[in-house]
Amino acid sequence: MTAVQTATDTILEVSNLKTYIFTRAATVKAVDGISFNLKKGETLGIVGESGCGKTMTALSLLRLVPRPAGRIVEGEIVLNGEDILQKSEDEMRDVRGRQISMILQDPQTSLNPVFTIGNQLREALGIAHKENKSSMLSRAVDALRKVNVAAPERRLDDYPHQMSGGMKQRVVGAIAMSCEPGVIIADEPTTALDVTIQLQYLRLLKEIQAETGLAIIFITHDFGVVARMCDRVAVMYAGRIIEQGEVRDIFSRPAHPYTQALINSVPKLEQSVDRLYSIDGQPPLLSNLPEGCRFAPRCPYASDQCYEEYPSSYQLADGHHADCWALDADWQGTPIEEFVPPTGTAG
Amino acid sequence: MQAYILRRVAQGILAIFVICTVTFALARVSGDPLNVLLPEEASEEQIALIKAEWGLDKPIHMQYLQYLGKLFRGDLGEAIAWPNSTATELIVQRLPNTVKLSALALIVSGVIAFPVGVLVAIKKDTPFDYVGKLFAILGQSAPTFAVGLILMWIFAVQLNFFPTSGSGGVEYIILPALALGYYNVAALMRLTRSSMLEVLDTEYVKLARIKGVPEWKVVWKHCFRNALIVPLTYFGLIGAVLITGSVVIETVFAWPGLGHLVIKAILFRDYVVVQAVVLLFATAFVIINIMVDVLYAYIDPRIRYT
Ligand SMILES: Nc1ncnc2c1ncn2[C@@H]1O[C@H](COP(=O)(O)OP(=O)(O)O)[C@@H](O)[C@H]1O
Ligand code: SF4
Ligand SMILES: [Mg+2]
Repeated sequence: MTAVQTATDTILEVSNLKTYIFTRAATVKAVDGISFNLKKGETLGIVGESGCGKTMTALSLLRLVPRPAGRIVEGEIVLNGEDILQKSEDEMRDVRGRQISMILQDPQTSLNPVFTIGNQLREALGIAHKENKSSMLSRAVDALRKVNVAAPERRLDDYPHQMSGGMKQRVVGAIAMSCEPGVIIADEPTTALDVTIQLQYLRLLKEIQAETGLAIIFITHDFGVVARMCDRVAVMYAGRIIEQGEVRDIFSRPAHPYTQALINSVPKLEQSVDRLYSIDGQPPLLSNLPEGCRFAPRCPYASDQCYEEYPSSYQLADGHHADCWALDADWQGTPIEEFVPPTGTAG
Repeated sequence: MQAYILRRVAQGILAIFVICTVTFALARVSGDPLNVLLPEEASEEQIALIKAEWGLDKPIHMQYLQYLGKLFRGDLGEAIAWPNSTATELIVQRLPNTVKLSALALIVSGVIAFPVGVLVAIKKDTPFDYVGKLFAILGQSAPTFAVGLILMWIFAVQLNFFPTSGSGGVEYIILPALALGYYNVAALMRLTRSSMLEVLDTEYVKLARIKGVPEWKVVWKHCFRNALIVPLTYFGLIGAVLITGSVVIETVFAWPGLGHLVIKAILFRDYVVVQAVVLLFATAFVIINIMVDVLYAYIDPRIRYT
């Protein structure tokens, strides 16, 4: 396989994915019909406020939605040419870890407290490689070295509570990547870390990606991180992707009012603090979604139509589209320089 | 780890010493031993004689030192209600019976409670789980003697599978062991279930599944050991439950163990034997707790290093 081919091949294709959580009181439509593609070696950002369904999307891709309440009710997830929703639970074990893997949100709790790092790492490696003990050991040491753990030989016998948060996060990364999956999902992997360690970690992920051609789905609520890390971005709101496209396109011409608001809430160096603002109001409950546009109650451009009918998708450029009634040939979103915050909290 | 064990053993020895002192003090404040040793119409000489014989004429601190000295040599004193027997002899005769009964009850409860607790956790909110819950609630609200009597009525009186009481072959021990273990099964099962549910929901279990670890290994490797930590703390209490339970159950089934002995001793107001058995029960309790703590540290590395 040549390098050019790797860069263009689609590795993951998600269409109309719906994942609902059935609680006694209501049906929570955590993921409500999302579609996106991921190419080999590409980084796709998924951005959105907390509670909009990002983690549930990630867990759906691994078919690890919390059971029995959560269920994937519709859609297709085609990974390496096969729809994993058609696979049996036994077949899924060959998919998890080897084809697609995930780095969880909280490194502090992602490692099992009663087993050593070496044990947990060898377990992950053992799933892909049936080998003798000593070659397993050297694989484990290599895996730790790859994520910049100093003196990895000595670290293998440590328990998680003996390590720092940053180190734990890198070990979690090593475990997730130990079977060399083609796709890795990083679910807000740095929210629990301080800023310097965050940057180190993001750089490390990028380095590993450059070496291995890994495709990354990077989940965050921070557009600043998206600008640094991602090639493309999907903006999620209340269980749907409301806008997606190349990072460059979305930053220069954000179309959906929600995307505009999110981008404007990223602190910029030249801006004084009172230019920052957050969006007023709350997203709708996923258990009680409105008929029309889910952003309407918070949107300064909302019309009657917005409340009645869910907006159709509007194509702005190749691969850049957004779900919003206000978009048409005359108005295709606001270039960011002219953008005025739509709500009144700005100074 | 070794330092930790040593520290726990030292604490245990201190605790046992305190227990010796308390049992000694209790025996003195619970009534004048002379009232038990002598008839009411005893003469002054008789009193003096008995006092000298039992060392009661000496000042209290001397009595205490004497008591400790004897204990140190393994001498628990002459039984009052059993002529020509020492408390040590009485205990040595009955101890194996109580140990047998408690050990069997403990094994029964562990073997049933842990797997069933894990199972109902995995099968949460299915009929399986509801039956388990009902069983646990019944088990924890029924008094031990009632469970003993019900088992006796069904399996010994009605079905004639086992003898009603006494001792002899294995057939005698089964009902009392079940009755004694029943309470623990219920409690342990509930604890195992709830801590399994908590552990099943953790991020590290998610990571294990993400790695592609097979589900049975997720449950029995990643969850079980973590989930054991809570029920294990309860094992320290089980010592107490078994001891109080054995007093009741041994009496119900006329099983000749320490519980049976101590009830008799209380009826005969034999403070020497009561004191000796209480001391033994308390010591057993301390030892069980040390063993639990060591096991606890073995299972949870975070305890070892702090
Ligand atoms: N176990 C659950 N039971 C009920 N609702 C849940 C459960 N887990 C998540 N949810 C709901 O699903 C929605 C999406 O959650 P999540 O994917 O974790 O959001 P995000 O990762 O974007 O913050 C949230 O509204 C949340 O309340
Ligand atoms: S569809 Fe209407 S309410 Fe929704 S974002 Fe567009 S303008 Fe606002
Ligand atoms: Mg999340």
